[in-house]
Amino acid sequence: MSVLDCKALTKRYGRVTALDEISFSAEPGRIIGLLGPNGSGKTTLIKLANGLLTPDSGVLSICGAAPGPATRALVSYLPERTAIPTWMSAAQLMDFYGDFYQDFRRQTAEEMLAHLGISPKQRIKQMSKGTREKVQLIMVMSRAAKLYLLDEPIGGVDPATRDYILSTIIGNYSPDAAVILSTHLIADVEQVLDDVIFINQGRLVLQSTVDNIREEQHKSVDALFREVFKC
Amino acid sequence: MISLNYRDTRPIYEQIKDGLRKLIVTKAIATDEKLPSVRALATQLSINPNTIQRAYNDLENEGYIYSIPGKGSFATGDHQAGADRRRELWEKTRELLAELRYLGVSQEELMALLDEEPSGGAPAGPQKEEL
Repeated sequence: MSVLDCKALTKRYGRVTALDEISFSAEPGRIIGLLGPNGSGKTTLIKLANGLLTPDSGVLSICGAAPGPATRALVSYLPERTAIPTWMSAAQLMDFYGDFYQDFRRQTAEEMLAHLGISPKQRIKQMSKGTREKVQLIMVMSRAAKLYLLDEPIGGVDPATRDYILSTIIGNYSPDAAVILSTHLIADVEQVLDDVIFINQGRLVLQSTVDNIREEQHKSVDALFREVFKC
Repeated sequence: MISLNYRDTRPIYEQIKDGLRKLIVTKAIATDEKLPSVRALATQLSINPNTIQRAYNDLENEGYIYSIPGKGSFATGDHQAGADRRRELWEKTRELLAELRYLGVSQEELMALLDEEPSGGAPAGPQKEEL
């Protein structure tokens, strides 16, 4: 069964159509890149999938269920901006996640923090932007979820942090879970992706596997993206 | 140990296969030595585990590696490498030789090249038998 299934999903903000009849599905064990230029509808799609927004028309299901309290237990979401309470320490944040999510693997989180040399006593407030992003990602990836929705996980961090984030995503790979990550930094994420979805102005432009793009079009995903979205 | 170039338009699993094949034929990974697990290599190279798995599956089909369920993948000894790959390399060698001859390299020089480096690649004996 698909982890995420969208059928003719449409979302409007007033007169602006953010998503226009998008249909696709995400299978377990796949890492999917949601790629598109700025304002193409990436964040809207992710917010619909975790129930923060409701569609104007179309159907969306997560492991066969409509988005709601039950599906929140299956979805782990990384917002594009820091959304963790900054007055907490890393240890308090782990308590917080442990209270909210049954699937939170505290030991995994502690190991990852230790690996980065982040003290559990340190408050989020005292951390740099990059460190906050790492801590937030660690919390999100420490859940044993069925669907990970990562909105711009590598935007605004240095290349070394970027590598760390990507290897964290890979290190937590599970064959039963799907990962959807949105970004416009395609060259950096290409090697971690199975599938790519190109969206532009709310429409699905292309859905393919990375291997297919390279085998059939003899192009890297980055090169194809530049061609498709040429300004 | 494996270099990848994302600007290279070949599929990434092909690049990984080439890298591992080189390590195996040059004995950098010895016969019956264990290869890193799919997950370990994926994390180390920051590459999708499914891509690594595909490279491993292909190399197993070609005969460069064998896997023992629950234990991992291991490098195979020389002569078991796949017939398809041999045919492919044979063709490539023929092309290279033709071009070298065109460029005026003499038969003697080519023979000297053959004697030069016995390491790397399968021994000549069984290869000839098969073709």
